[in-house]
Amino acid sequence: MKLNDEEQAMLNGELGEPRRWAIEHMMRVGRFFDAPDFVEVTQAHIMADTESLGEAGVEFLERMAACPEHERRVRIPMITDPRGIDFCHYKRLRQTDAMAALEQRTIDAFEALGIMMTNTCINYQTIMPPVRGEHLAFGDTGVVIYCNSVLGAYSNFEGGPSSLAAGLTGRTPRYGLHLDRNRRATKRFRVTCQPQYLSDWGALGGIVGARAGSYWEVPVIEGIEASPGSDEMKHMGAAMASFGSVPLFHLVGVTPEAPTLEAVCDPAALAAATIGETDFAAFFARYGGKGEKVDVVVFSAPQLSLLEMQSLAALLDGKKLHQDTDLLAVTSPVVAADARRMGFVERIEASGALVLEGMCFYQSYAREMGEANGWKRLLTNSAKLANIIGGYGYEPTLSNMKNCVASAIAGEIV
Amino acid sequence: MATIKLKCHVGVGPEVSGEALVTDDNFSARYDLDRIKGIFSRPQHKLAGKSYVDKIMVFNTAKGGVASAWMLYEMKSRGVAPKAILFNSVNPILAQGAALADMAMCDRFADGDVTQLIRSGDRVTVNPEQGLVTITRDRTETGR
Repeated sequence: MKLNDEEQAMLNGELGEPRRWAIEHMMRVGRFFDAPDFVEVTQAHIMADTESLGEAGVEFLERMAACPEHERRVRIPMITDPRGIDFCHYKRLRQTDAMAALEQRTIDAFEALGIMMTNTCINYQTIMPPVRGEHLAFGDTGVVIYCNSVLGAYSNFEGGPSSLAAGLTGRTPRYGLHLDRNRRATKRFRVTCQPQYLSDWGALGGIVGARAGSYWEVPVIEGIEASPGSDEMKHMGAAMASFGSVPLFHLVGVTPEAPTLEAVCDPAALAAATIGETDFAAFFARYGGKGEKVDVVVFSAPQLSLLEMQSLAALLDGKKLHQDTDLLAVTSPVVAADARRMGFVERIEASGALVLEGMCFYQSYAREMGEANGWKRLLTNSAKLANIIGGYGYEPTLSNMKNCVASAIAGEIV
Repeated sequence: MATIKLKCHVGVGPEVSGEALVTDDNFSARYDLDRIKGIFSRPQHKLAGKSYVDKIMVFNTAKGGVASAWMLYEMKSRGVAPKAILFNSVNPILAQGAALADMAMCDRFADGDVTQLIRSGDRVTVNPEQGLVTITRDRTETGR
């Protein structure tokens, strides 16, 4: 890879050990993906839940945090993905003190590095939405696909170590989605059935993601008649990335790089596959459970926006949850503060539900929580969560928010 | 003994040798493994119940989210990890994870589907720096 003088100085260790490690790490990755050089980035966002970090990962961060301040501080604004613990509620969730202690060590290390503890996977709705053409180093696949697709920004999926390296150096290897040639559509889909609820948008994302099936494919979708808002795009993108590892999609007439189909592909050379009513029905049908007892209803992955919190409060007004069913609503610290001020949190919790902030259900020791609380049948309106959570021993069902709430009140899936 | 040389893209990590464990299935560090025991634990996975410790693993592609970038490092720190992982095509997350862990990883093989070219039990040497994988196999097993 071609290095400028500053990058060479980092590699020589002249700017300290953390930046030497960072530039060397990124050169290894850059060489793997044929990056000719580095591209400067304006923001970094890191996913580093303690469940995946483990003791070794936390120690790695602590070693870096013990370096001299001028060597260890990140160079660009850098923020965090959800944590695994909400310190106000972890005992009620039956998470352990050991989990909380590891979480606190991670937070201390991040703060020593100058990272802002935003603890959110909806930073594009709440912190600082990127602009078109902005190069970024974002973690969390849902964040990356939204910023690439809906905002027209440029980011690869950056795992925790690579995000950290980008924060320390202010750059990332120029490969993948930083190059315009990799942003052209390679798969084409035509929708003949219009999504209605957020869970339908998630289902569409899941169907497209599963059929695209690779980081290196870019789906383009035609036939959407509605004008989807940010929450619709959020659920669709998160599911597409989850089901297919897909980092970018185009929605003709909606997303900025695809004002027309011709702008992203040669229509004559790319045949369209149809997605219709039967595809949606089959998608929902794979998650059975109708009529069964529901143990826990979870709204999470991605964290809820203020608008979703408002909708949930309205659905729960004056209602009580079934005594054998729990309901968790997970949001960001920013949204939680607003939702509390506006009375949404109080209205949601009056039903017996619990509002959690700064975490995300599936990266919070979900298996241990499920075993400790006796949660098996899980109901959600998030297609992403339905996809992931089976791997943690749950039996998931996917439905819209209204049905999820009605089921939590009835104690069984309606 | 017969040796077969496979050319691939330049990878990451050190040169290593070991016994191959091959599947045409995909790989997720987060969902497919019992990382404490060092075995494939997801019942639907084609290698369910098998140990991956010190093996040269061969898969079609990688799955799973951003979090898995930390996991190879964590696995290697406890000594319960594969020696190398080979793919037809890998995503950035796992390549980044291998770079952190200093674990051998290669993909994009010139001669076709690597899950067919290498067989479980083959003795394999992976040289990521040169983008070269060498298979050593009993002559009788090659059919010659």
